[in-house]
This record gives sequence, structure tokens and C-alpha cells, in this order.
Amino acid sequence: MSQEYAPGTHPSLPPPRGTTGPIHWLKENLFSSPTNTIVTLVIIYLFAQILPPMVDWFFSDATFVGENRKACTTDGACWAFVGDRFNLFIYGFYPAEERWRVNLTGILLVVALAAVLWDRMPARKQMFIYALAFPFIATWLLTGGAGLEPVGTDKFGGLTLTLVVGITGIVISLPLGVLLALGRQSSLPIIKYFSIGFIEFIRGVPLITLLFVASTMLSYFLPPGSSFDLLLRVLIMVTLFASAYMAEVIRGGLQALPKGQLEAAESLGLNYAQAMRFIILPQALKISIPGIVNTFIGLYKDTTLVIIIGLLDPLGIGRASVAHPDWLGLSSEVYMFVAVFFFISCFSMSRYSLYLENKLHTGHNR
Amino acid sequence: MIIRHGYSMSTTSYNSNPILRAWYDKETRSVIVQVIAMAIILAFFAYVINNAVINMANLGKDISFSFLWQPASYDINQTLIEYSSRSSHFDAMIVGLINTLLIAAAGIVLSTIVGFILGVMRLSNNWLTQKIAYVYIEFVRNVPVLLHILLIHGFIIYSLPRPKQAINMGDTFFLNNRGLQMPSADFQPLFWAVTATFVIGLSFAIWYRRYAKKLQDTTGKISPVWTISFIAVIVAPLAIYFLLGSPIEWDVPALKGFNFKGGMVIRPEFIALWLALSLYTAAFIGENVRAGIMAVSHGQTEAAHALGVSSSRTLRLVVIPQALRVIIPPLNSQYLNLTKNSSLAIAIGYMDVVATIGGISLNQTGREMECMLIVMAIYLILSLLISAVMNWFNDRIRLVER
Repeated sequence: MSQEYAPGTHPSLPPPRGTTGPIHWLKENLFSSPTNTIVTLVIIYLFAQILPPMVDWFFSDATFVGENRKACTTDGACWAFVGDRFNLFIYGFYPAEERWRVNLTGILLVVALAAVLWDRMPARKQMFIYALAFPFIATWLLTGGAGLEPVGTDKFGGLTLTLVVGITGIVISLPLGVLLALGRQSSLPIIKYFSIGFIEFIRGVPLITLLFVASTMLSYFLPPGSSFDLLLRVLIMVTLFASAYMAEVIRGGLQALPKGQLEAAESLGLNYAQAMRFIILPQALKISIPGIVNTFIGLYKDTTLVIIIGLLDPLGIGRASVAHPDWLGLSSEVYMFVAVFFFISCFSMSRYSLYLENKLHTGHNR
Repeated sequence: MIIRHGYSMSTTSYNSNPILRAWYDKETRSVIVQVIAMAIILAFFAYVINNAVINMANLGKDISFSFLWQPASYDINQTLIEYSSRSSHFDAMIVGLINTLLIAAAGIVLSTIVGFILGVMRLSNNWLTQKIAYVYIEFVRNVPVLLHILLIHGFIIYSLPRPKQAINMGDTFFLNNRGLQMPSADFQPLFWAVTATFVIGLSFAIWYRRYAKKLQDTTGKISPVWTISFIAVIVAPLAIYFLLGSPIEWDVPALKGFNFKGGMVIRPEFIALWLALSLYTAAFIGENVRAGIMAVSHGQTEAAHALGVSSSRTLRLVVIPQALRVIIPPLNSQYLNLTKNSSLAIAIGYMDVVATIGGISLNQTGREMECMLIVMAIYLILSLLISAVMNWFNDRIRLVER
């Protein structure tokens, strides 16, 4: 006995039995075949063996508070160093009474980042102008002068240093990378070969050699008698390094565009600069977002290399802690703490890139 | 507004001003721009080099590579060739270069293996396997490689037991905070027979492979290439080895007092650098492998099955060759990254080329310019070599279109 429905009005039936629900999910994903079942059981067994001791080491048996190593009498991890050296991890050797300046810069940075990254920010246009001014405000706040106590860049360290190097590198390497990529695609041979030479040279040598150059011999190439700040030299090298990689990523985007786009722009009477700005780059940059963010993440991770030439970022502070008499040999704890910090920053960057990709994806989803 | 601007450009191109007219001519403009660019570049280099010449003259330095033949007078803790503190800086450089090559080669092998395993795990139909690979990849590649190196090195140095309490693996391998003690081989005269068998077996396998292909092309008969190659290359040399009564004398390490005697040791620096670089790079390779396999359309597998090709053959003859085409170019850049990242060895004191010629030699002789030039040149050449090999491989597996 079936009820009559007008065409198109039949209510949706529930899915057939046994195709939904947790049992079905387990069957499908963990126990779909004998091999699969064995693999699942082996993994569960290994987890049961490994996880409890690890949880004990990380949390249950761990010591969280203490003056020095001797406070850690249990078998577990010794996290007490975090409380003791937290300020070092954040501020480096920035003078204690001036730390409010770093904090203020941090707050201003969050606002500037929100303006750039979040498209529903109120009064975004005005905020953008503020974001453009932020680097100058930050430089003034951090290094001092003009009313503030000057603080040498050798006092920078910890998270402050990572953010200074990372964000400067990211902000400057993108436009520089665009210029280099356009230069590499240029029809003018001199500009083209100069760009190719620069990009391939930078990509062929490790960053560490460039940092050595910055720390030992860059002063040779400056006018006699002049010298400038080590941090600034490092910033220049890190930025040049990242811009070469950025250029290659953007070149990929440029090459992915059909030639017709440029030809159409030219036939509409746009000159080179206009065609690039309104037609080519918006499309090319959109395609290259994953690569660009990957380069950003790479640059951010590469800031740790500054410890090899004696600057102390969080990893450098951590390495110093491992050698410090109070916390001697706590290497696993210290490095895991620093690792978590880097993981959080880099993972958020890659998630943001996914979000941006979806937002800018104006075509049809297939 | 954009269009209007464009119009104004085209009207002004009929300008009567000769300079403007030259500027609006594409050819002339390109020459002008390039001359200006060239002038700026040359001026920049002239300025910089001039500064360097003046600065070096002020310091009484010159550019000379003769220091390379002076005694280095420092020791290197891992040397694969003859080296002592009386050897020259040049020898130190070669030792460092060999150490760099060693870590790069070992790292490339291990990272490829682990990377492929991870890539396949990411595509597994077992949810747990998939998620383990996912968590591993996300965690490892979002943490700086230098941190991985320091973490593993710190673990070996601080958390592994002293030699006295070394972790004993079958009385032949001992893991402790001074590295991995393992037996060293002392080859007896008769060993040449084993080597000879191996070489003959290898050449036979290569010949047989070609022969089997020809046979298949002409008659369609498929020969058991893999089994026969395996017997020729692995089983035959092993059989000869045991027939001749094991002509290798193993020097097994043993605990004497506070340290191990005999055998050989893989130093903590090498282990840490090798594991860290490989496991870090493997996370990236895993993602490349996954992308490569996913890039092969499922229709290819279905078509192969429809033709009656078995599953394993489909994988080997249809899916993997096509996936490799997508995987090889990013794999190339991962290998380059691994090689360049091996320069971080200096952070834990593994004596690679940066730590020898670019580190201790540089500090001892004060010849920054020359040492950095040498180091950079070495890395540039290495990069070119790896790229060349990978490009050759890429050309071989490339899609040949008519």
C-alpha cells in the first residue's frame, strides 16, 4: 500500500540501514579488510604501549614549578625552567624597565595584522594606512630615540627577535620577489639575466653562508670607516634570501597564466605597468598563494639560523638554557617547548593560507 | 579610470617632443631602460668592489689562496680519508666536503624511503594510518630543521646512557651517549671472490633485463626479471661468501673500562644530523608523493583493470610511472634543500665543509673573503650537480609525445 505523491513532493527517505553511524564508520575506515584489521589492532596495541608512559613523562610525573634543576626530583619532565626563564624567551635581554615598549609593539602588531588579514575589520581603509605606518612606529618603539631611551639591537632576543626578523623578511621579500619574478620574465635581456643570476645564486647557497657573509665580511663592502648594525645586516640577508625563493614561486604563477591575458590587456591599451597591476599580478598572485605562504613559513623557520652567528632567538635562549648550570642538560624539555611555539605559529600560517585560498577561489568548486 | 589613462597614453604618443617620442617607441625604450639598468648595476659593483679594495688595503690584507697549502693544525673528529692536524687547509676542506657528501647521500636515501612510506600512508584506506602520517607530517614540517637537529643531538648526549650502561643490541651494536658502537669489517684476501661475483651478477642482471625486454617486445613472453636479478645480485654473492667460510673478520666492540674498544663508532653528531635532516625532509617528500599519486587519474587504474592487468602490475607499470612525473621535480628541490640544510652541521659540531674551511680555517687564517668564496662555490657546484642528475632522470621518465 503506497501513498500517492505529486511529482517532486516525495519526502526524502532515510539512508539504507548500515550505511551510516559510528559502527558503519568503524567498519569502513578501520576494519574493511583482514589486513586493515591487523594494521588497526597493531597500531592500537602500540599506542597502548607508548602513550601512557609519554603522558606520565609530559604531565603526571612532571615538575612544573621550581628554582632550578634540583627542584625536579620526579622521573618526568622538568618544566620548571619555563617559569624561570619565560621573560628571556619573550624579550631576550631587552631592559626590564623598557619591556612595556615591546608589549605595546606586540599589541600594535596584532591590530596591524588584523587590519591586513581580516577583511571584515571595521574602517579597513584607514586601518590599512595604519598598517603601512606600523613598521616605522615599531622601529621607533623598539630601538628608541626621539624621546625614548635608546635600546641597542644587540639586546633584542627571544620571541621579539624572531618576530622582528620574520615579519620584516616577510613584508619586504614579497614586493622584492614580485619585482625579481617580473624581471626574470622580462623581454629586456640585461634585466632578465641579472634577475636569473641573482635568483639562482641565492638559491644555490645555504642561508648560513649568507649569514656568515653578513656577520664577517659585509663590512668590507661598505664605505671605509662605516659600520652598521649586525641585526640590520642579518635582516638584509634574510630578506634577499627569501625574495629569491619568492620570485620563483611567483614566476610559477605568472607562467600558469595564458598568454591571452597579457595580449588582451595590451589590446585594450593598457601599458606594461597597468597590465601587470590590474590584469596579470592579481591572477598570478592568487594562484601562488600556497607557495607564497610556504615561503613565509620557511622564512619564519629559517630565522632560527641566526643563533649560529650569535643572536639569541627562542631556540638560542633554549640552547643557552641547556648549557646553564641551573638547567644543565634539560635538552628534551627545552627544545620541545620551543618546538611547540614554532609549531603554533607555522601551523596557523598554513591554516590561514587554506582559508585565503577558499575565500579567493571565485571559480566553481568541482 | 584605468581605460581613460590608457587612452591618454596613446594620444600622447604622437607628441612632437623627440625625447618623449623616443620613449614611446618600444624598441628605443627597451634600449634606454637596459642601458640605465646596466649603468646602475655596474656602478653598484664598482662602488662595492672599490670599497672592498680600500678596506682590505687599510687592513693590509690581500686576496690569495696560498693559505690552502699551509698546515691546518686542527683535528677533525670524523675523517673518511687520511687526515691529521699537520695536513693542509686544503685537506681539511676535502675532509669536510666528503663529510658533507656523506651526510647528503645518506640523508637523501633515508628521506626518500621514509617519504614514500609517509606518502602511501597518507593515502591508506585505514583511518588510523592516515591520521598518524598526517599528524607526523604537520608536526615535523612546522618546526625548524635546526630545532630537530638540536633536539635529537641533545637527546643522544643528555638522555642516552653512559657507555657502561649502553643499550645492548645483540652484543654487537651498542647505543650510548657517545654514539652507536658497531662492528667494523676487516676484509680477508679471499673477499675479492665475493666482490667479483657481485659485479658479474650485476652485469648479468642488467643484460638479462634488456634481453627480457627484447623478448617481450618481439614475442610477448614475460620473463621473471625480478626473481632472476635478485638471485644474481644478492643470493649468489651471499652463497659464495658462506661457501668460502665468511672471508670478513668482524671486529666487534666490547666494553673495556669506561669506554668501548674495537669496532667503529657512528658519532652522535652524524646520527643527529642524519636523522633530523632525513625525517624533516621526509615530511615534505611525503606530501609530494601523495600529490603525485593523487594526480594520476583513477581512470588509468580502471582502464588497466579493464584490460586485465593485475593490481600489482597496474601499480608498477601504470600508476607509479605517471606519478613519478609529478613527483620528480619537487623531489629534486627537496634533495637540494637537504644538501643545503646539511650546512647546519656547524650548530652541533659535525665537521662538514662549512665547519672546516668556512669555520675553523676561516677563524685561524682570517681569510674571510677566500673561505666564503670557496664554500659558496662548493655549494653552487653541488646544487648544479644534483639538479643535473635529477633533470637527466626527469628527461628519462618524461611523457614522450608525438
